[in-house]
Amino acid sequence: MSETVLMKGNEAVAEAALRAGLDFYAAYPITPQTEILEYLSKKMPELGRVCVQADSEITAINMIMGAAYTGKRVLTSSAGPGISLKQEGLSYCAANDLPVVYVDVQRGGNGLANMGSCQTEYKREVTGGGNGDYHAIILAPASVQETADMVSLAYELAEKYRNIVGIMTEATIGQLVEPVTFKEAVDPASLPVPSWAKTGKMISSSDEPIKPRIKDAKPKADRAKYFQMKEEVQMWESTNVDDADYVVFAFGAPSRVVYDALLILREEGQKIGMIRPQTLWPYPEKALEELKEDVKGLISLETNCTGQMLPDVALARDLHFKDRHVPVYSCAYIVLDRIPTVMQVVDDIKAIISGQTEEAY
Amino acid sequence: MTTRKKPEVWKKDSSFCPGCGHGIVIRLIAELIEEMGVKSRELHAVGCACNLNGCWNDPQLQCPHGRAAAVAVGAKACEPDDLVFTYQGDGDAYVIGLSETMNAGYRGNITSIIINNNNFGMTGGQMSWTTLPGQTTTTSKKGRDALKEGEPFKGPELLSQFENVKFAARGAVYNPAEVNKTKALIKKAFELQMSGEGYGVVEVLCGCPTNWKMSPVDSNKWIEDAVTRYYGLGIIKDETAKILKEAI
Ligand SMILES: Cc1ncc(C[n+]2csc(CCOP(=O)(O)OP(=O)(O)O)c2C)c(N)n1
Ligand code: SF4
Ligand SMILES: [Mg+2]
Repeated sequence: MSETVLMKGNEAVAEAALRAGLDFYAAYPITPQTEILEYLSKKMPELGRVCVQADSEITAINMIMGAAYTGKRVLTSSAGPGISLKQEGLSYCAANDLPVVYVDVQRGGNGLANMGSCQTEYKREVTGGGNGDYHAIILAPASVQETADMVSLAYELAEKYRNIVGIMTEATIGQLVEPVTFKEAVDPASLPVPSWAKTGKMISSSDEPIKPRIKDAKPKADRAKYFQMKEEVQMWESTNVDDADYVVFAFGAPSRVVYDALLILREEGQKIGMIRPQTLWPYPEKALEELKEDVKGLISLETNCTGQMLPDVALARDLHFKDRHVPVYSCAYIVLDRIPTVMQVVDDIKAIISGQTEEAY
Repeated sequence: MTTRKKPEVWKKDSSFCPGCGHGIVIRLIAELIEEMGVKSRELHAVGCACNLNGCWNDPQLQCPHGRAAAVAVGAKACEPDDLVFTYQGDGDAYVIGLSETMNAGYRGNITSIIINNNNFGMTGGQMSWTTLPGQTTTTSKKGRDALKEGEPFKGPELLSQFENVKFAARGAVYNPAEVNKTKALIKKAFELQMSGEGYGVVEVLCGCPTNWKMSPVDSNKWIEDAVTRYYGLGIIKDETAKILKEAI
């Protein structure tokens, strides 16, 4: 372990990726993630690695695809409309089982979107995003340290499953400066060359095709892979759930607000707990096993106006509580440019407890 | 001294940084629209052009980054009597939107006004394809290496290769004389569009004192001394004389 330093979330992404053996990065500037490009455009040439400021997000994802199929560790990053432009390329990466890693530092809203700290990209990220029939593993950090940790985890998962991994942060996490300790740096040259990689060198340019040639083998293999990931990759952190009457589901920056709100509510005698999904796909359905049998309600709390995570909480509920209806409530914050205050969350949870808020599902 | 009246099409004060070239160019456009007595459709790009949101009394639209020229072609097809123009930055028109810009020039009948400030202003001063060799930006901290990262990109020169492009020019706004010349260039491009005979582009060299980390005065001097050495001012292609005469 190296020493602890103070760093912005975005810079931590860049530094953690370098230490994980990042060989090729391509991206196009967009707020609130441009620090990743700015950091890497300085550091990568010094290390003899390649950083390209692409002419668009479309070009960047295609460059990443080209680099990934040589077996190297690659990265691209963007936000809002920039990630939308990458969807075609990501779908092609999925078609070729390429282990690409991307970072989405969410901004808020449709079209151009604003600079607010929001969670308006949940729906796109967890459904795969592009055309076709695939899922990316989606990691959602809530601090700068967790961002750094999830970058190295992302490469491990991407390579283990030969799958896309997206790290979905948000404006606050990207811009926040916090203490962070990085893992020891890995020399990219020391990383094993994947057997399927097309390196152009005889020793590693195997006959193994990038994707199976047999027509129906790929869909079948994909299906098995997605089930396997669903089973093996779910991650979450729980706070005070074992005796909780109500359990809040919240991820990323707002989960930190919920954490403080829980302390206040506990002092007032209200038993409220939180499940903080760290993977959004696969959604941590298994977390519900920690809840007490007579839990009174589940609350999906997020910063977008349509309640994008809400259906996933309801599905997890249906899967777990087969004999009894447990209401699911929505706290979806429609103030697009900020996360809710602690007192706002306290009041909204109280409104649910007192029956003023109707259940959503 | 003459006082200039604020054009009617201009709804509210601009929010560009002090000394920014954007404010001057949009003022010239607003004056021309009033003088020509046309109805305009302003299609602005993503970039510091976003500051125009809510500023225009005529119809206006915020377009996706790089795509304004395609949006303009669609608008012009439906409202051929309106003056349809894009208002874009160099990053928007020549980097991410290169394809849309070229395709509009190739066959559209619109006008592109492109603000070249040699960087991505809105996002905090990253390298653009128009950044000068050796110029430092937040993504070229040691100065742009033209061998690796390309030579300054010349949009109007490239566009002028297309048959459909009847007018291509470059202006600047670093002193009153250049401001007046630029206004004349934009006027020609607008008249060309209203005659229905083809596409026109006017690029304008503008200062971005905030990201260049220079005073407005130094920015103007740098444009005059350094930027114009790569980006020559004046008319690059002009076939309007023939067209406009035939139209009369
Ligand atoms: C798809 C997409 N990618 C990136 C951005 C972020 N972005 C906004 S403006 C801009 C560059 C603007 O530069 P330029 O066109 O030169 O305009 P200027 O601000 O310099 O006038 C970028 C990269 C975006 N809004 N949308
Ligand atoms: S950042 Fe630059 S281009 Fe944008 S308004 Fe300020 S001076 Fe003008
Ligand atoms: Mg610019």
